[in-house]
Amino acid sequence: MMGIRSIAVMLAASLALVAGLSTTEPFRTFMPGLIEGAWMTVRIALVGSLLAVLFGVAAALARLYGPLPLRWLARAYIEIFRGTSALVQLFWLFFVLPDFGISLAPFTVAVLTLGLNVGAYGAEIVRAAIGAVPRGQWEASTALNMTRGQMLRRIILPQAVVAMIPPWGNLFIELLKATALVSLITISDLAFKAQEMNQTTFKTIDIFTLVLLIYLAISLAITIGMRLIEGAASRGLARGRAH
Amino acid sequence: MLWDWGYALEILPVLGQAAIITIEATLLGFAMAAVLGLVFAILRMLGPAVAWPVSMLIELVRSTPLLIQIFFLYFVLPKFGVTLDAFTAGVLALGLHYATYCAEVYRAGLENIPRGQWEASIALNLSLYTTFKDIILPQAIPPVVPPLGNYLVALFKETPLLSAIAVLELMQTAKILGSETFRYVEPITLVGALFLAMSLVSAALIRQVERALGRRFVR
Repeated sequence: MMGIRSIAVMLAASLALVAGLSTTEPFRTFMPGLIEGAWMTVRIALVGSLLAVLFGVAAALARLYGPLPLRWLARAYIEIFRGTSALVQLFWLFFVLPDFGISLAPFTVAVLTLGLNVGAYGAEIVRAAIGAVPRGQWEASTALNMTRGQMLRRIILPQAVVAMIPPWGNLFIELLKATALVSLITISDLAFKAQEMNQTTFKTIDIFTLVLLIYLAISLAITIGMRLIEGAASRGLARGRAH
Repeated sequence: MLWDWGYALEILPVLGQAAIITIEATLLGFAMAAVLGLVFAILRMLGPAVAWPVSMLIELVRSTPLLIQIFFLYFVLPKFGVTLDAFTAGVLALGLHYATYCAEVYRAGLENIPRGQWEASIALNLSLYTTFKDIILPQAIPPVVPPLGNYLVALFKETPLLSAIAVLELMQTAKILGSETFRYVEPITLVGALFLAMSLVSAALIRQVERALGRRFVR
């Protein structure tokens, strides 16, 4: 794993490269379109991540503490969305759901699929993090006569959240990379813009190099953000973190 | 009638044919990932002058979408005079992408080798090549087989991306079937079911391997 400083250097380098290239001739014409596409990619990644966290936490809690039918439902959700391909899920929601009378806008399909897919992986992270909270914390909460909801809300989850942050960071990067799939359901994100410009200008090397650099910059920014959040969240926690 | 069993049974053999392409792409891509990943991991151990550019390449490939890499190889390589058919370009992209993940797995295995093994190899005057081949790798690789297996399943689930460059694997075949008949329910649902079934079976197989290895390599 790279240190936060070398990641920051890489981010600065890739941004400088994009900025430098965008002033030169073959690249200048591509920039407005690519920035528009990148903005769509970022929006989809943000909404998708938000949904993924919601689905992940809900599925993990349902699987651990829900009544039996809910537990089964959560398990089925996790297995199905982890067991099939993200692209198949995307096409299923996009092409098949309308046959059931549910027509969603492409943007909705995109963020919903990404949220559901990544949320299924996230549910396992949440479950593992809750399991990693020392047993004594539960026992002490019981001794203090807390209800189960109080225990989770006040004692267990605040500690579990710290352990969840690094693996969620990895998932957010997976989600960012998966956003490229939504170009296949007609959303004009960064990957779509790249394809479109490639077909009209045939400047393949220029366009795809720029696009790779832009994705790299967004990923590195996510990594740095998550490292900072991790540092802030683990402050004041008595346990040492193994690196 | 939403689900037509007759139609589903009719397209099943076609999808079965396509599943063979999917499995071929998976196995070839993973073979490349497993070998190239090991090369990356070993290169990273050979001092900072080699390690740094390799780490950069790994970081770049890991941080950018596989779909873009597939497009990149498929559209860019011909400009350098290397014309690949869609299947080869797709397999290369899958292999390269997952090689960077495998490199991290191998690294964990290599770092787990006790220092004394290296020192003993030097004491025995073994060459670097012999040390790797006969001492380090036989100990480093078996414990990391289960995580590699997880990436095999992950790679398998990414093969539908090859449909974007029109490789006739499961997803592309399902899309074509759908566009011919305007019935997407059966083809896409069947593809999903096939993926789920194959993923669950391979996950169970990996657990078996893990258990078998766990008995032999307890540290």
